[in-house]
Amino acid sequence: MISFERVSKRYPEGHDALREVSFDIARDDLVFLTGHSGAGKSTLMRLIMLMDRPTRGKVVVDGRDLSTVSNRRIPGHRRQIGVVFQNHQLLFDRNVFDNVALPLVISGYDHREVGRRVRAALDKVGLLKRERAMPVTLSGGEQQRVGIARAVVGRPKILLADEPTGNLDPELSAEIMQLFESFSQVGVTVLIASHDLALISRLRHRILTLREGRLVTGGLL
Amino acid sequence: MSRARSDRPRGEGASLSRARMADQYRAWLRHHRLSAAESLQRVLERPFSSLMTWLVIGIALALPVGLSVTLDNAAELSARWESPTQISLFLHTDVDAAAAAELAQALERSAEVAQVHLVSRDDALAEFGALSGFAEVLAELDDNPLPNLLLVTPAPRLDQDAVRTLRDNLDKRDKVDEAVLDMQWLQRLNSLMDLGRRMVMAVGALLLVGVILILGNTIRLAIENRRDEIVIVKLVGGSNPFVRRPFLYTGLWYGVGGGLVAGLVVNAALWYLQGPVGELARLYQSGFELRGPGIMGVLNLVIIGGLLGLAGAWLAVSRHLAAIVPR
Repeated sequence: MISFERVSKRYPEGHDALREVSFDIARDDLVFLTGHSGAGKSTLMRLIMLMDRPTRGKVVVDGRDLSTVSNRRIPGHRRQIGVVFQNHQLLFDRNVFDNVALPLVISGYDHREVGRRVRAALDKVGLLKRERAMPVTLSGGEQQRVGIARAVVGRPKILLADEPTGNLDPELSAEIMQLFESFSQVGVTVLIASHDLALISRLRHRILTLREGRLVTGGLL
Repeated sequence: MSRARSDRPRGEGASLSRARMADQYRAWLRHHRLSAAESLQRVLERPFSSLMTWLVIGIALALPVGLSVTLDNAAELSARWESPTQISLFLHTDVDAAAAAELAQALERSAEVAQVHLVSRDDALAEFGALSGFAEVLAELDDNPLPNLLLVTPAPRLDQDAVRTLRDNLDKRDKVDEAVLDMQWLQRLNSLMDLGRRMVMAVGALLLVGVILILGNTIRLAIENRRDEIVIVKLVGGSNPFVRRPFLYTGLWYGVGGGLVAGLVVNAALWYLQGPVGELARLYQSGFELRGPGIMGVLNLVIIGGLLGLAGAWLAVSRHLAAIVPR
């Protein structure tokens, strides 16, 4: 579903964020991506979302070589991917419902379909009763779950999460991880960047480890 | 990441089935409705600052419109000026008063002539003496140097060309030394009006540019205020047209409101002047009435305002939106 073939990314200031990274992630896999901050986790995610393009190498997502995706097709590409951000990236002037509905509004779903899907997504993350609440009135864990609902509401084939448990206590973190596991069980490819080794090593999934831009475990040998 | 030209709303459709095209079209229409409603709501949510924007645009539009309405009325007024032309026939000095009176009578019978007034050389000399203050000097002259003069008023139905032909015909008569068509003042008035019209156009063009810039700046601020939102929308797959749409509608609403204000201002000014102008016209025994831009004029103002709003928004959006890229 996601494959990297000797991908390198060098930023204009000369910093090598990724060096010769190769791996394959199959459909309905759940894979963790770990490493110290600055090891290249975010860069790798950005390449999948086409927020950046690699300097060398090939990134293939859902069978499509991303170098063939023109800039004007980027929005369409991003609509295929659900993303959960560390800092939630919620719109604070809109309520929970409208935040979760955003990807559906962008894709142009009609009113009734939006309502149905948003409620289904909120139900899955256990926030159905808070749909009229404003994000500021929610706890950090709840905000993160709104972010997850927004990521899955469009039923993407791929779910990316960048430090989704970054600011949460261990109990809440475990709950969030369970949520991601449930998505992978229904056929979604999930890639989670996290430096919480204690948590992810308990979960028995494949772990990709980056060190100074190189993949040291979990890749193709 | 450079995102030069953005995607057209339905440009992705070449390979899509007809059903999906129709779906996309409906989605596109739906988002237009949504953007229009949401941006109108945002504009109305801040009545004070929106009113300020409307007033600025309204006044900037009302100035050239008001001036051009004034000019139209002046043109109307000058067109109704009664018997604007007169032909002065200077007779040969050897034509005496009796012959001049005879000619006057003959001319008056012509269908092309409304009226002939004879100014005899003696009367002319006396009048000239009185008006110039040279009466004593003139009295010293042995001979009256002035010719007899006929003032011919052409029939009102004659247009300018016919009046000119009449002058040429009169000029050829034996007793006539020179026929002078006194239209200069009318030509001067017309060229003054042309000048005025051009100035209104120039001022109007400047003010229109001003309106576009004001709106562009207003929209730029709106974009800055919603920067975070734009980043998020782009992150979850909003295309450039999708992001742009609400701002274009915001510009449209500001422009339309400004056009309405301009219509109100012009009509209020006309209403304010109606009384004194009517009184003045009555004193001159004229049926003249001020004419305003009318409903069509106001409608045009609203449309022009809307177009300017769109133009300003487009300016701001194309400059600032592409620069906001998720980091």
